[in-house]
Amino acid sequence: MDQRHIRNFSIIAHIDHGKSTLADRILELTNAVSKREMREQLLDSMDLERERGITIKAQAVRVTWKGHELNLIDTPGHVDFTYEVSRSLQACEGALLVVDAAQGIEAQTLANAYLAIENNLEIVPVVNKIDLPQADPDGTAIDLAELLGDQPERVLRISAKTGIGVEDVLDAIVERIHAPAGEAAAPARALIFDSSYDQYRGVVAFVRVVDGELRTREQLRAMALGTKFEAQEIGFMSPAMKPVPTLSAGEVGYVITGLKDVSELRVGDTLTSDTSPAGIPLPGYKEVKPMVFAGLFPTDSDDYPELRDALEKLKLNDAALFYEPETSQALGFGFRCGFLGLLHMEIVRERLEREFDLDLLVTAPNVAYRVRAQNADWVEVHTPSDMPDSIEEVEEPYIKASIIVPKEYIGAVMELCNERRGRFDHLEYLSEARAHLTFELPLAEIVLDFYDQLKSRTRGYASFDYDYVGFREGSLVRVDILVGGDPVDALSLIIHKDFAYERGRMLVERLREEIPRQMFDVPIQAAIGSRVIARETVKARRKDVLAKCYGGDITRKRKLLEKQKEGKRRMKQVGAVEVPQEAFLAVLNLGEGKR
Amino acid sequence: MTGARHLYVHLPFCSHRCGYCDFVTVVGGRGDHHGYVDALLTELALERESLASTLETVFLGGGTPTFTDPAALARLLAALPAAEEVTVEANPETVTPGLAALLRRHGVNRVSLGAQTFDTSLLAVLERVATPDDVRRAFYALRDAGFDNISLDLIYGIPGQSASDVARDLAEALALRPEHISAYELEAKPGTRFAHAHGAELARLADSMEGFFELVVETLTAAGYRWYETANFCRSASDVDGRDLRARHNLAYWRGRDYLGLGVGAVSTIENRRWRNAPSLGGYLAALGRGERPRCEYEALPVETRHAERLMLGLRLDEPVATRGLEEAFDPVGLARLEELGLAERRPGALTLTRRGRFLGDGVTARLLA
Repeated sequence: MDQRHIRNFSIIAHIDHGKSTLADRILELTNAVSKREMREQLLDSMDLERERGITIKAQAVRVTWKGHELNLIDTPGHVDFTYEVSRSLQACEGALLVVDAAQGIEAQTLANAYLAIENNLEIVPVVNKIDLPQADPDGTAIDLAELLGDQPERVLRISAKTGIGVEDVLDAIVERIHAPAGEAAAPARALIFDSSYDQYRGVVAFVRVVDGELRTREQLRAMALGTKFEAQEIGFMSPAMKPVPTLSAGEVGYVITGLKDVSELRVGDTLTSDTSPAGIPLPGYKEVKPMVFAGLFPTDSDDYPELRDALEKLKLNDAALFYEPETSQALGFGFRCGFLGLLHMEIVRERLEREFDLDLLVTAPNVAYRVRAQNADWVEVHTPSDMPDSIEEVEEPYIKASIIVPKEYIGAVMELCNERRGRFDHLEYLSEARAHLTFELPLAEIVLDFYDQLKSRTRGYASFDYDYVGFREGSLVRVDILVGGDPVDALSLIIHKDFAYERGRMLVERLREEIPRQMFDVPIQAAIGSRVIARETVKARRKDVLAKCYGGDITRKRKLLEKQKEGKRRMKQVGAVEVPQEAFLAVLNLGEGKR
Repeated sequence: MTGARHLYVHLPFCSHRCGYCDFVTVVGGRGDHHGYVDALLTELALERESLASTLETVFLGGGTPTFTDPAALARLLAALPAAEEVTVEANPETVTPGLAALLRRHGVNRVSLGAQTFDTSLLAVLERVATPDDVRRAFYALRDAGFDNISLDLIYGIPGQSASDVARDLAEALALRPEHISAYELEAKPGTRFAHAHGAELARLADSMEGFFELVVETLTAAGYRWYETANFCRSASDVDGRDLRARHNLAYWRGRDYLGLGVGAVSTIENRRWRNAPSLGGYLAALGRGERPRCEYEALPVETRHAERLMLGLRLDEPVATRGLEEAFDPVGLARLEELGLAERRPGALTLTRRGRFLGDGVTARLLA
């Protein structure tokens, strides 16, 4: 189709502000699907997909409206996937910014709106749920217009649920959003904005053709990674997959690559023809790197192979997931996993537990550190036990936190961010009642319970988003926990030196309560290098013998001993000390619950 | 087959069942005493080939053997084979000069007297019938009848008991200069009426138990008693003209010897088999009435199991366990670790636990067994 009749757009909205309802309504109005089909085809529930054997999600749906081809490009909803969001936005010329008329602007809305503005997208502001009794469409429209430097009258007021105003939205997409302006005759350049994995057909790339065209059976090349493959099928989704011979400049669709490894094709990369390639790739590709790390161990060590298989399967659809085998003397065999952020970690953990029915033990998450030991080069460290003893310099990742909160909670947010080594950056009133604050914070300070704390101290009113701003120097130390003189690898942590003592004390006290008394005194220590900062002792048992044992007691007594011996086998061995797995669990939970 | 040289006879009758007791007991049952003795003698006849031609020890336990009708008890004692050590368990309130003479007359040469405690209120907690004075009277009645080998049973860890209460009991017991003292930690089996009634107090006492145990061992050894088994003490041979006052019958258990048990619920271990008799009086009497063996539960004891038991039981004693032939029962790594911790000591062909090792006997044994 002529580029002038194509419109590519996404919908930006906070969770529950009505993004999927609006998408559904658009598909219905444009007759792309019936109501019943819609439920079956579009729900992006993974369980449902698996049940129906559909392994490819509709990442971009093509509909027609008044002679125009509209491509709705889906964006992941969370900051962990900011990079993916930015690639999706790069595939569009415009975005609908949907805000709940009762809830107002949220931090996440803001973050994605800024991303859209950075990508030069035309933003169509939409106030949704105007039919709700507590809705304030006018107030929300004014806030939204102010945020975007637009006129309140140009803010669309709709109810995606009832359908009020949705046709105006479609008209506005055609009228306000620019047509794509690529060079149809130039060598092909197509942006990969998402990818998926189909167990029969391999990696499926979702692309936006910028220049030239892609043809079925053509030999293609990913410009950054250099991966080559034949386009086995090319097409678009409406929302079912519809093969076509070509996708031309301005169009959005899919390419079935036959590749068996998602890591061979990265979001943000540019596809071009292998025989007549473009000279330079599209801008903006970067390799996404995991920022949050945690050890994942099966609660039952017999489940290790299942965990390995499950991670392999997840990795097929999630190029950002990183994992490598890790052995802990305390927790056995498991994996050190890297995630884009906390939500990503939560998603992976949940999928492992729900879809693969695994019982997991997750160590306290830590961030990636850059470390330079004496007389050595900078290295990146993903696990506390890899931290060298003699640190010359260490850097930790920082984020810019964006928090929107009713003004009466500004003090509470300031206090929390101060406690977390945050540096106040900016305060702006979005309206009379709501303020937008930004802080720079070490990522390490938010990986544990920052979000929970923020929610509880603002009675659930705060919304939060963050973006990485880079590595900065930190006064960090590695605290080791020693049981009977031997360090317990799974419990080592990297922490700011001002918090080391308190945290070490707490861990040591907790372990003393959890480790059963042994046949000898067991010292439990927290240490920075060779300096002990906290110490407790589990005193040796002084008696462990049943008093009575005569002719009628021997069998019972022998069975008790066998049980005692069996119990010992289930214990984890730290040096000479037998520690029940529950003790580690209790301490790791402590890490999750409190700082 | 040489047969067992140790015979246990169970007499289940009691005037009252104490709350903490988990032995096979029958309250009263006066009408059954003679019938029961008949059944015992029938069983003895049936098991005759399991016994050696001469016995080392006979032990009458209960229940309260001395609560048994005296005529029935006399008939039983007269019919039992002779042995070098014949022990009868007695409750203080049942021991009269007459009974002491009866026992003496029938070849009993050792009495184990169930004192438990000398504290009136703690006796009430245990639901014991005897008073502290009953214990003393019984003890002297036995002495007067000529018994020169008397054991006192004590229990510690009674709900309401303090360390000074334990110390007082030990002093009272020592004042009588018994040849032998058994001191048991009170074990309230979960689910018993007693455990239910004293649950919270028993939990509190669990923390004091190790202190009580240390007090018992320290006090009795300081008074010249030999701590020869986890819960058993006897006057040192040097104090008693070289007599070995250890309970020979019980030593047989701890040395892994064969023994035959007669009576309701009694256990026997002979070569590679262990069995238990019917635990109900009715079932026991009925089986023997039909001239059948009253056994109800068998356990095979392969040689490895007997070896493991030899270790488990032998390590309760203060004498070295001879390890010849038991090598495969040991975990060498565990043993090395225990030596390192100063809990066990190995000499050529023998193994002993150190003093601290004996306090931790169960944990040590669990570590030691392969």
